[in-house]
Amino acid sequence: MKYGLKKFVTMLITILCISFLVYLAFDVIPGDAALAALGTDVEPERLAALREEMGLNRPFLERYFDWLLSFVTGDFGTSYKYNLPVADMIVSKLPVTVIMALISFIIMTAVSLPVGIYTAKHSGGRIDRVITVVNQIMMSVPHFFMGIIITYVFGMVFKLFTPGGFVSYETDIAGFLSYIIFPCIAIALPKIAMSVKLLRGSCVGEAKKDYVRTAYSKGNNTNKVLYRHVLKNAMIPVITLWGMMLADMLVGSIVIEQVFNIPGIGRILLTSISYRDYPVVEAIIVLIAFVVVVTNFCVDIIYGIIDPRINVGAE
Amino acid sequence: MLMKSFRKKYPPNFVIGAVITVVMLLLILMSFFYTPYDITKMDSASKLAAPSFRHLMGCDNFGRDIFSRVLKGMENTFVIAFLTVVIGTAGGVLIGAFTGYFGGWLDEVLMRIIDVVFAFPSILLALVFVSIFGTGRYNVVAALGVAFIPSFARIVRSEFIKYREMDYVKSAQLAGVGRLRIIFVHILPNTFTVLMSSIMIGFNNAVLAEAGMSYLGIGVQPPDASLGSMLSESQTYLFSAPWYAVFPGLMIILLVLGFSLLADGIKA
Repeated sequence: MKYGLKKFVTMLITILCISFLVYLAFDVIPGDAALAALGTDVEPERLAALREEMGLNRPFLERYFDWLLSFVTGDFGTSYKYNLPVADMIVSKLPVTVIMALISFIIMTAVSLPVGIYTAKHSGGRIDRVITVVNQIMMSVPHFFMGIIITYVFGMVFKLFTPGGFVSYETDIAGFLSYIIFPCIAIALPKIAMSVKLLRGSCVGEAKKDYVRTAYSKGNNTNKVLYRHVLKNAMIPVITLWGMMLADMLVGSIVIEQVFNIPGIGRILLTSISYRDYPVVEAIIVLIAFVVVVTNFCVDIIYGIIDPRINVGAE
Repeated sequence: MLMKSFRKKYPPNFVIGAVITVVMLLLILMSFFYTPYDITKMDSASKLAAPSFRHLMGCDNFGRDIFSRVLKGMENTFVIAFLTVVIGTAGGVLIGAFTGYFGGWLDEVLMRIIDVVFAFPSILLALVFVSIFGTGRYNVVAALGVAFIPSFARIVRSEFIKYREMDYVKSAQLAGVGRLRIIFVHILPNTFTVLMSSIMIGFNNAVLAEAGMSYLGIGVQPPDASLGSMLSESQTYLFSAPWYAVFPGLMIILLVLGFSLLADGIKA
């Protein structure tokens, strides 16, 4: 319990630090909301008046806490470019990105767990060696290039989907899923390679330890030793990796969205950067960082549950 | 006989990695002085030409020689990844060495900051940099460099914690050797093996991150060549000229693969 509390407090502090740094970073850029609203060739008096009205003259910390408070209550500010509430712009796109990250994550765990266990069990065998080579190559492929290969092979040669023909989940769920599955595979493939490699190595390392010999000498067969003893310990580093991967996938989908022409968070983020639409950029970055930090927190908690030694160590 | 002892000394992975890396480095070295064609020279007659002896990798949508542009792109990627790793390692070693050796409140504070930066995905940090300072290669280097500091700092710190308790360090302290000398002369060289393999992994991550950023159009700016932006452009012509996508992508893969095989070999 104490361990969980400690991690929770660390999480809150991290989020606070990130939001502060991001707000500070965008505050030091020349040009503010008033300037964006009126344009550059405006009389200084009008600019000053608007600044007064928008509260931009107040001290930095006061503005930061104001921003933070409205951020927490779901008010992310107003876009310079579209003059719309940022929350409205993001909320409709967020599900696409999140669903993509989740599907990729499910694909990754579903494939890498059996493959990793298989290669560990048959380590040194022919199939294991082939998979190791394939893994090594997969890990070297940037996921956006994987996306391009998938577009070419499945979209253009086999015509399993229409490249660029994204369908919104609001109009057609089946069409949406059958399109989104390909970018998800592109995101998942390099991650599968990494987690298979780690799981295999971790299992093989554990299998050399004394407790495994004890388990065998008590009359257990290979499967029992593997699933009841080795895997429990071998999974610990893998779960840490998976936690990092989930966060990675969320960010990775920013790039993959461009490959497959998907209107998600990544699209708004990139266009907002090129229009210098800071409130939008600020909100998206803090939001993604928030999700990443919360994911890390959950991993820490799961970690404490499967490995009780960590709980004890913290107290 | 000779072959046998060679095989025993160097595992096949290491040899393959070394061969790939040496070839890539030679190509990059060559690109500093010579490319078969001018990388910006357009030739409307050979728009999207297929690979041939005149144009080894074919031509792009402006009729520019893809092989020359790939060479230049590799050079850009290499330089950016190299500088990124230099910044990351230098920062990481300094922070890791001091926090690991001295511990105490300095360690607490710096490590919390490192944790915050570490929690922040590197591509996001780079996007923040770019939206504030604008696009361009040096902004990418700065952003990725800073993003890479935490992972190096953590590794170096844990090494220093291990070594600072060792007898040889204790006796050096008793003999009155200065702290800085102990840190940099007595302990740092011992962390070299661990540092080396994380430098190589870091280099690969930097290559992949740079490629991703120039794919998004926020890295090296056209008309200069970069592997990522070539891939982004090639997508429009994927059906009619698949080789435009294949070669830049293949080069990224080879660059990363060569280094990761080498790193595995060094570790083993």
